[in-house]
Amino acid sequence: MSVSGSALTRRSDFSDGLRAIAPLVVAAFPIALVFGALAAQKGLSPFETMLMSSVVFAGGSQFVAIDFWATPVPWVAITISALLVNIRHVLMSASLGAKTKQMGFGWQLIAFGFLADEVWALSEHRARKQGTSFAFMMGLAIPFYVNWLVMTGVGASLGTLLADLDPAKWGFDFAFPAIFIGLIMGFWQGQKTGVILGASGVAAIACKAFVPGAWYIAAGAVAGVLVAAVLADPESLEA
Amino acid sequence: MEAFFQTDPLTLLAILGMGVATYLTRISGLVLVRYIDLKGRTRAALEAVPVAVLMSVIAPTVLATGPAETAAAVVTMLAAFRLPLLGVVAVGVVSVALFRAALGLL
Repeated sequence: MSVSGSALTRRSDFSDGLRAIAPLVVAAFPIALVFGALAAQKGLSPFETMLMSSVVFAGGSQFVAIDFWATPVPWVAITISALLVNIRHVLMSASLGAKTKQMGFGWQLIAFGFLADEVWALSEHRARKQGTSFAFMMGLAIPFYVNWLVMTGVGASLGTLLADLDPAKWGFDFAFPAIFIGLIMGFWQGQKTGVILGASGVAAIACKAFVPGAWYIAAGAVAGVLVAAVLADPESLEA
Repeated sequence: MEAFFQTDPLTLLAILGMGVATYLTRISGLVLVRYIDLKGRTRAALEAVPVAVLMSVIAPTVLATGPAETAAAVVTMLAAFRLPLLGVVAVGVVSVALFRAALGLL
């Protein structure tokens, strides 16, 4: 019998989550500050910025929305762009959902509301080794969520002060892709992974060059997934 | 303090729209996997999701922006074989700043 339901396991799963997310909380500081500053430049108040961070909690789509921001606020276009940028979450939640069924559907509906890329990638990584519990996901999500909320608010409050600081000059704009590269390499399994990376990369870049909007994320994701399905080892398909 | 809490109705609508759209994408996969059989190629496809999604988000930034970003991405990737995540991010930030400065001098 497993003891996965015991309070002791829950507590250690939660602290495992805290430990796993800690470096990413630090790495997200500059990203959150930059987002807050950009939002302030577009006229959002610190309260509105924090409201967006707490309700949406999806960095990529928030950056795209701020890019679109205008007066009056084109809320329909912004909603559609959020849907497009985040359409990858359908694949992400399907993949992680299949691995966390033991959590129960109700708990999944809560935990998956916090499925930022970083929370999701670390949950996937853990699921491949020992299984991901609700407590583990909350250990990841809570600090990352609070940090995103507070630091984007700080960025918005400092707003114009930070505007004079060019993030590109210090390389801070590269923190976001660097996090993703680190997360990708956590899933490295040799050549097969390289082929999937190549397919997704080429498809995303080609799509971005020819199709306006955020379709490139979905295009790249689908290309990589299809290549993996086609290349699947026939022997393992029998199992 | 008033400026801090200033809100615009259309802004609230946009935030609500983004929030609903995002939550729906985050739970729709959960609903989907209840109805599909996870075997064979479907399983192989789902296994590839993490790598495919993460790569698609950053590919245009790291591979199609300029030589400094691409070079820094390669260095960051190599660092990821050895270093913990925070070290990887530090290497990424420092290397892109150095490559940009070096290329700016040419």
